[in-house]
Amino acid sequence: MCTVCGCGDAPKFGTRANDHSHSHDHDHPHSHDHGHSHDHLHFGTGAAGVSVAGMTQARLIEVETDILAKNDAHALGNRRVLRALGAYAVNLVSSPGSGKTTLLCKTIEALGDTPLAVIEGDQQTENDANRIRATGAPAIQINTGKGCHLDGHMVGHAMDHLALKPGSFLFIENVGNLVCPAAFDLGEDAKVAILSVTEGEDKPLKYPDMFTAAKLAILNKTDLAPYCDADLDAYEANLKRVNPLIQILRVSSRTGEGMDGWLRWLKAQHAAKMLAKAG
Amino acid sequence: MHEMALAEGIRGIIEDQARAHGFTTVRILRLEIGRFAGVEKRALEFCFDVVMRGSPAEGAALEMIDLPGRAMCYDCMETVEINDRLDPCPLCGGGRLVPVAGDEMRIKDMEVV
Repeated sequence: MCTVCGCGDAPKFGTRANDHSHSHDHDHPHSHDHGHSHDHLHFGTGAAGVSVAGMTQARLIEVETDILAKNDAHALGNRRVLRALGAYAVNLVSSPGSGKTTLLCKTIEALGDTPLAVIEGDQQTENDANRIRATGAPAIQINTGKGCHLDGHMVGHAMDHLALKPGSFLFIENVGNLVCPAAFDLGEDAKVAILSVTEGEDKPLKYPDMFTAAKLAILNKTDLAPYCDADLDAYEANLKRVNPLIQILRVSSRTGEGMDGWLRWLKAQHAAKMLAKAG
Repeated sequence: MHEMALAEGIRGIIEDQARAHGFTTVRILRLEIGRFAGVEKRALEFCFDVVMRGSPAEGAALEMIDLPGRAMCYDCMETVEINDRLDPCPLCGGGRLVPVAGDEMRIKDMEVV
């Protein structure tokens, strides 16, 4: 299944540069010392097909591969599995303490009999998975150790263990971090950024990448807004400033205010994915 | 940021390339990094030196080529080049820009022995 850790049957995650069919397992018995003389110079005819001053022709290898190509291959694999199952996956991203787990617990309660599963990411402890399991939903905890984000490989393994049901929601609660998780595709259908009203109106301006990557922002803990002089319109303006396309919902998972909008959003997204799959 | 994870990704690609092309040593590795990629170059240089130990790229020179940041302006509907993620549109002064290029993190090529 996996070329990173070697588990299971490995599909090949080729890069463009090494996908070519000719073999390179020969040990180059042919000479490259060019004893013949020419009165013209030819460049760009070596294996690399280009010429760079100061570089020996045969020694320049064009790679043109994304640094995160392996992660992206894992993410693509996850996306295919989800699509085949008709499952909709949400990658919940935020700073620590924004209320992701509480929002998830309330969401699970509200979704009732809808099949769903949860992947929890934290550096340490199984606390969050335990909170989810207390609702009756299946959950798996990933501890990243020193790692600051989940990646496609970790999530693929977690999905193997969860035995997702057809038509499920998969909620992936990423490590609380507004920076790194933005760059790592997990195979999700949408990133949803949670921003609590205690964090400061300029948070989207300080960490634009995460809010640019998100399809939906949930402005959470709105019940606390009067106690911390939070300007909800300023939060929304700053979210739109970094991502004009972002959708925004105001929610208090504690009081339940705005939860209906969030549940409608989830169901509509899932339905749209099914429609696209059928069409 | 996650420069250590990026360095590990680079190492994996180099090791794949070393098997495919039969080289033992990388002298120079060239990366293309977009302005909006969020890569801290000095941190990546540090992580690169640490992570490449024992690999074909141990001691290799790391060169990083900047790629420009481009964004679609949702006020004038033009694609413009901007230096900073939150710069206003240079054409109309609008502030509603969505990046369309500049998040690249690529290995371009390498000089190997």
